[in-house]
Amino acid sequence: MILQRASGAVRVDVGALNQRSYRIVRLKHVGRWIGALVVVVALALLVQAFAHGQIHWATVGEFLTAGVIVRGFGNTLLISFFAMIIGVSLGTLFAIMRLSANPVTRFVAWLYVWVFRGTPVMLQLLIWFNIALVFPRLVIPGLYEARMVDVVTPFVAALLGLGINEGAYMTEVVRGGISSVDHGQTEAAKTLGMSRFQTLRRIILPQAMRLIIPVMGNSAIGMLKFSSLAAAISMGEMLNAAQQIYFINGAVIELLFVCGIWYLAGTTVLSIVQYYIEQHFGRGVAGTPAKFSFRLPFRSNTPLSGGVEESKA
Amino acid sequence: MTTIVKAINVRKSFGAHQVLRGVDFEVENGEVLCILGPSGGGKSTLLRCINHLEDLNDGVIWVDGEIIGYELKGSTLHELPPRLLRMQQREIGMVFQHFNLFPHMTALENVIEGPVTVRKEPKAQAEARGRELLTSVGLADHCGAYPVQLSGGQKQRVAIARSLAMKPKIMLFDEPTSALDPELVGEVLDVMRALAATGTTMIVVTHEIAFARDVADRVAIMVDGEIREMGPPAEVLANPKDARVRSFLSRVLS
Ligand SMILES: Nc1ncnc2c1ncn2[C@@H]1O[C@H](COP(=O)(O)OP(=O)(O)OP(=O)(O)O)[C@@H](O)[C@H]1O
Ligand SMILES: [Mg+2]
Repeated sequence: MILQRASGAVRVDVGALNQRSYRIVRLKHVGRWIGALVVVVALALLVQAFAHGQIHWATVGEFLTAGVIVRGFGNTLLISFFAMIIGVSLGTLFAIMRLSANPVTRFVAWLYVWVFRGTPVMLQLLIWFNIALVFPRLVIPGLYEARMVDVVTPFVAALLGLGINEGAYMTEVVRGGISSVDHGQTEAAKTLGMSRFQTLRRIILPQAMRLIIPVMGNSAIGMLKFSSLAAAISMGEMLNAAQQIYFINGAVIELLFVCGIWYLAGTTVLSIVQYYIEQHFGRGVAGTPAKFSFRLPFRSNTPLSGGVEESKA
Repeated sequence: MTTIVKAINVRKSFGAHQVLRGVDFEVENGEVLCILGPSGGGKSTLLRCINHLEDLNDGVIWVDGEIIGYELKGSTLHELPPRLLRMQQREIGMVFQHFNLFPHMTALENVIEGPVTVRKEPKAQAEARGRELLTSVGLADHCGAYPVQLSGGQKQRVAIARSLAMKPKIMLFDEPTSALDPELVGEVLDVMRALAATGTTMIVVTHEIAFARDVADRVAIMVDGEIREMGPPAEVLANPKDARVRSFLSRVLS
């Protein structure tokens, strides 16, 4: 009944269809325009508020390129980069161990993930930083001996803490990627006489990368931000540098904004890099290169309007 | 004629389920053997035992002078270390029902993967031969295509070229046309027919009775993990003696 009434509103007699071509009037999206207006006004108010608030923008500009801050950001990048390398290497190693036929190896990998994924990074950073309390000296018999505090500097502690923690997450990610590759691929490689290592490197990992890279991109962005935790163990990265400055000059918000700008710049660059890497590993997949994970913020995400956009172009 | 494959009393179980119950056969150099039989009879398992994708529970498989997967010491078989097993496996080509092409590599890259990575051939030389092989299966224009860009029939022909690139002593085919649309079956069978004509030793599991009749030197009918009947296609297909074989053939021939 309802259906009938609804269609009744637009009922047309078949005889009325006497033209071959009609002009089409598009539906006016009034709601969309109002919505956009509200958002723009809200944004304008926000900008206005910050422009006239108790924030000294000149100070922000001044410290944006200050030597200590830039060096701090350099340290942030350095820590993130090497912690990621450690994380990805450990992740790949332990993922392979988790998939091994040897139960002992599997257990060790499981234990690693259990411990380092099950405790906060902050805690791990503090433990590495204070490791000298447990082991005052680092000794490799006959080869090397040193005081632990000299070896595990704040930088090394941050690297170990962040990298090993990241590795635990990457283990699960890489394992998922490897398991997702069809078993037929391994069999085909076997019939060609490829070794386990060759199969992994040439056949399995490149395909697993398709799943791993997007997650790894997010991890890298996360790492850039998590590295700020290293401020707590007085590692001289950007946030730590900013804190030291505002303890002296009192420009708290200004310096935090400076950090925010640098972090945003860093994560934006990473997103762009991720996009290109994904394209590389997406080769041979139906639909490439249409797979976006990085989008310009104003590009529509919905497939429907995306399609309209394309048909217009 | 010399024997190139000999299987003696091959037995294989998965858990309590006996899939191969003592299979014996011989294949001569250059011969084409087609294996037919009802689903679940163990045809795939037998092929997979020949190149040791599965290990055996009993019996031996011998290919061109070597026992596959084991070393004979007195009257015991010792499992081969992986390195030696791989050297045997690369001499035995295998074509799968679902192609199993490497999706992240082009057709040509698929074909040269074995020669370059395993045989350590120089890339230029492998590529030249890869192009030749792709040409011989009718895909000269598709060297740069990724598997997703190819039809099922084209994929299977790339897979055949990929196996041939390793210059195998024998070729195994496990239902190479079963996953294909009917109109694409012919192009793959044509390639296999041409291959048979070059004198390549082939063991082909197939449901294509016409192919078996035309191309096979002998057919074997496998039922419940045993070869029930084996001989020239004219004989076996026309008047089978075994009752189960008769009922199977009457179903597929009708
Ligand atoms: N890896 C395995 N684990 C357990 N059982 C298996 C395994 N592989 C095969 N089987 C069983 O072995 C039996 C024979 O399988 P096989 O694939 O060799 O038959 P087939 O003759 O090739 O059949 P089809 O014509 O359907 O391909 C089946 O009952 C199957 O379920
Ligand atoms: Mg089968």
